[in-house]
Amino acid sequence: MTYYLAVFMPLLGAFIAGFFGRAIGDRGAHIVTCLGVGIAALCSIPIFSEVALGGKDQVLPVATWLTSGTFEANWALRFDTLSSVMVMTVTCVSTLIHIYAVGYMHHDDSQPRFMAYLSLFTFAMLMLVTADNLVQLFFGWEGVGVVSYLLIGFWFKKPSACAAAIKAFVVNRVGDFGFLLGIFGVFVLFDAVNFDVIFQAAPAKADASVHFFSRDWHAMTIICLLLFVGAMGKSAQLFLHTWLPDAMEGPTPVSALIHAATMVTAGVFLVARMSPLFELAPDALTVVTLIGASTAFFAATIGCVQNDIKRIIAYSTCSQLGYMFFACGVSAYQAGIFHLMTHAWFKALLFLSAGSVIHAMSEEQDIRKMGGIWKKIPFTYTVMWIGSLALAGIPFFAGYYSKDMILEAAYGAGSPAGRFAFVLGLAAAFMTAFYSWRLLFLTFHGKPRADHHTMEHVHESPLIMTIPLGGLALGALFAGFLGHDVFVGEGRAEFWREAIGTTAGHDVIEAAHHVPGWVVASPLVVSFSGILLAYFLYIRRTDLPAKIAGAFPGVYQFLLNKWYFDEVYDFIFTKNVFRFGKWFWKGGDTYIIDGFGPDGLSSLIARAAKRLGAVQSGYLYHYAFAMIVGIAAFVTWFVAGGAG
Amino acid sequence: MDALVTFLDDLPILSVITFLPVVGAIIILSIRGEEAVVAQQARQVALLVTVTTFLLSLTIWFGFDASTAAFQFEEKVDWLPQLNMAYRMGVDGISMPFVILSTFLTPICILASWHAIEKMVREYMIAFLILETMMVGMFCALDMVLFYVFFEGVLMPMFLIIGIWGGGRRVYSAFKFFLYTLTGSVLLLVAILAMYLQVGTTDIPTLMNAKFAANMQYWLWLGMFASFAVKMPMWPVHTWLPDAHVDAPTAGSVILAGVLLKMGGYGFLRLSMPMLPEASAYFAPMVFTLSIIAVIYTSLVALVQDDMKKLIAYSSVAHMGYVTIGIFTANKQGVEGAIFQMLSHGVVSGALFLCVGVVYDRLHTREIARYGGLANNMPKYAFAFMIFMLASVGLPGTSGFVGEFLVLAGAFQVNTWVSLLAATGVILGAAYMLYLYRRVVYGELVKDDVKAMLDLDAREIAILAPIIVVVMWMGVYPSPILDVMSVSVDNLLTKYHAALATPQAAMLPDVAERVVAWLK
Repeated sequence: MTYYLAVFMPLLGAFIAGFFGRAIGDRGAHIVTCLGVGIAALCSIPIFSEVALGGKDQVLPVATWLTSGTFEANWALRFDTLSSVMVMTVTCVSTLIHIYAVGYMHHDDSQPRFMAYLSLFTFAMLMLVTADNLVQLFFGWEGVGVVSYLLIGFWFKKPSACAAAIKAFVVNRVGDFGFLLGIFGVFVLFDAVNFDVIFQAAPAKADASVHFFSRDWHAMTIICLLLFVGAMGKSAQLFLHTWLPDAMEGPTPVSALIHAATMVTAGVFLVARMSPLFELAPDALTVVTLIGASTAFFAATIGCVQNDIKRIIAYSTCSQLGYMFFACGVSAYQAGIFHLMTHAWFKALLFLSAGSVIHAMSEEQDIRKMGGIWKKIPFTYTVMWIGSLALAGIPFFAGYYSKDMILEAAYGAGSPAGRFAFVLGLAAAFMTAFYSWRLLFLTFHGKPRADHHTMEHVHESPLIMTIPLGGLALGALFAGFLGHDVFVGEGRAEFWREAIGTTAGHDVIEAAHHVPGWVVASPLVVSFSGILLAYFLYIRRTDLPAKIAGAFPGVYQFLLNKWYFDEVYDFIFTKNVFRFGKWFWKGGDTYIIDGFGPDGLSSLIARAAKRLGAVQSGYLYHYAFAMIVGIAAFVTWFVAGGAG
Repeated sequence: MDALVTFLDDLPILSVITFLPVVGAIIILSIRGEEAVVAQQARQVALLVTVTTFLLSLTIWFGFDASTAAFQFEEKVDWLPQLNMAYRMGVDGISMPFVILSTFLTPICILASWHAIEKMVREYMIAFLILETMMVGMFCALDMVLFYVFFEGVLMPMFLIIGIWGGGRRVYSAFKFFLYTLTGSVLLLVAILAMYLQVGTTDIPTLMNAKFAANMQYWLWLGMFASFAVKMPMWPVHTWLPDAHVDAPTAGSVILAGVLLKMGGYGFLRLSMPMLPEASAYFAPMVFTLSIIAVIYTSLVALVQDDMKKLIAYSSVAHMGYVTIGIFTANKQGVEGAIFQMLSHGVVSGALFLCVGVVYDRLHTREIARYGGLANNMPKYAFAFMIFMLASVGLPGTSGFVGEFLVLAGAFQVNTWVSLLAATGVILGAAYMLYLYRRVVYGELVKDDVKAMLDLDAREIAILAPIIVVVMWMGVYPSPILDVMSVSVDNLLTKYHAALATPQAAMLPDVAERVVAWLK
């Protein structure tokens, strides 16, 4: 029963708040939705201890869904270590964000709708992580996608919010396109989409090939790459990342819940879930590593120059997702999921404290217009420090355990791709520390740059917002310390059991524990250097950043404009799609098909009829002439025919 | 009670469902009195009759035996015994859901026309009732001639509905619709005649087991294809559809998209595939090509439309592209997906046209740019529209997903290129629907006449609520529908693949020789 409650309570909350929001009022909607996820979170803890710690994996059937010939996908809840970790993280973080949202959104006039969306999102995410087969996973996958669309576009009066919502959904669909084809590939290869069946049959099909794109390929590689395209879309990896920064148009609790803690990590979850297949496709894993590492680096470079407080954190998310992917890419899935879990806490914390800052600054988001407010909002300032320390991987904070593990695993994997990831990851770690403290210093320190009126109103957020911040700060402090033993330490084999596919004799986590000392020390060194650099540039020599930007205008513009991805995509895709549409419509349909088809024919017939009508002129000599010609022709034919 | 049960058991239920609307039409014809009174009574009678028809049709849903592929509720009366033609009706798992779809949508259409149609209400209702008879009859007919009569009979009331009660260039559109479809259908008639000459009967179950020579199959197949492709409609013979939809009254669009477009797909499944398997396999690549073009081309065209109805009409062509792909994959997932996609599209696109109708009734324009910000003053409408939009996009959990997914899964097994290219529709479909929704429903409410628009009234809720329930039910729990068709589809495919494996020698001689012999 707890298992069903953990998944379906948020749905119930969303249903009541969504349909009876007007009847129960704002307060009622707050209570039902918070209760819904709260109960789910309470249920998730015994589930975690029973399943992950107690070793009782189970699959609970819910209902039949799709059956067509040998194709069978049913509604079921699968609880193993991987999903129970996810359920616990999602419901706990989500509960805190629900509570925070009650305070943050209290000015808004459609709060029941907002709370219903948040709960519906949580439900979809839970369906995703507890899926028993790929199709149900896809249901959750699309479900979180559509609620994310609704939430980004929550303030639907703003054109920029509407545009961002559509962009998020459509870019995600590009990924889903790959995911769908991946599901079909799995079905063709295994004649099933159920995880248990697939994973059992996988080793036997390790060398199978599929006919795809008119030639034969290694089946596992193709399938894994297609699934990874889906993961890239959802987790905003390089090339499909453009929607995530724009998604910051949504209210801040949304950014925290969806675009930091849960939804965007679904791609990492997918790769970890499908790890038994990925393990059989080393080439696909190399691609995952390269894309992950490149994203970690690329997003961090952009994060260093952005000025919108939420966008900086968004690029930071993008970058951290890159870490999780290259962890999976070097077969250290456990480390990837560990980082996913710790990241959920500290990144949600960073977003929500950013929200608290925005709240205090009368909706200002530009960090150039902040500064000098740390004494006025000491609590927010403190928790933001905690979040940043965790993000930068400073010892004993959550990120320290998971991020260092990832870098060590990348090095320990020993492959060229792993080394590439290690180098880029290290560079990204330096930038992470830099932009985090740039944000902290610009936001809280220095002279106030906001106008007098705004400064007068700077105030600490109410309790309903600070309590969740405190909860998340506890997570950012202790999640890594508490988790590292079971996730990536001594207890990991017993903890993960069958949930993660590994290849015998290729234990990257073990290798990571035996890397040279300088590898262990280097992340710490670069992080501290990053912080020092930020301190130097934004506290000591505040004139320098502008000078540096002026000295390298090309680089600065390139980074400020996010490597021009949006412009290039707009030029290649968006413009042409509309151009082709117009062209097909006016040129294809109207001019060619109708012009030569129905309209052309009917006007042809009309003209021919007119011509024929003209023959009936009414003049006797016309008719007489026609008769003579006719007789002449007839006689000629008769004589010629008779002669023949 | 027992007497009632026996009575119902003995009832020729399919004929009753088919012809009850005509009885209703006759009743309406006999109403006399002042115009307003006649109009009101005509509406009430039409609603009563169509609801009764729907309730009666549920008996075949519940009485249906899904474990057999045989035709059920069969009726057979000699019609022209000397010519071997009979009045034969029956349904299997493929046709039965379409009967329900037709009877489900018609009362909704009557309700949707309640206030929207003001002139010649009596005639309008009569046209709609006759239309229902023709639709239901077509899905039940088990004789080629009967099939053809119903198939063509649909044209007449629809022609009148567009031509008389439509808007804009309604006469042009009505003629375009009529002539386009008629031209295709003439070739179907030729094919039917050729088959009759060959086998000596027009009985569909008999013809399903006849084996035509391969080169003859090609010609017969093309004749049928001409008719069904126009009805679907497939690219490039789709251009009648946007015009017809734009100028048809709302209810006309609902039936057009909801049921009439399915006649082509049904024709492929009932006639082309079982009777002409070789030709179907031979022409499948052509169908795939045209369908893929339809999916991509019309999706792009839909993206640039300024007219709401035209946009949805083009999206219908794209969705029907999935149907033709699914049918010609000739595997279980593909065919079931195609049937499901037709049913889902029937409900969803019908609902989308109703949504357009709701705002059209208030502002009398279909131009997207005239709207904007409806979410502010019409939240219920925004919700309903959202559900149908998501179903159209194929979101899992709505009916649109099941069909699309199964079709693509089926196509992937046959040809990965087809699946890959058709799946781009998943992206484009999201783009044009979300873009439409954004322009109509989202944004700031600025225009005064749009501000004055009221949210859904009770009648409109009564129309849209059942469709929402059906769309969600079909998405979350589609098993009952898939189970109903499963055995019939298996049967179709088993025979189809067996026929493909049979050597040519076992087939009938060429019809040309028969015709020559007959002339002598």
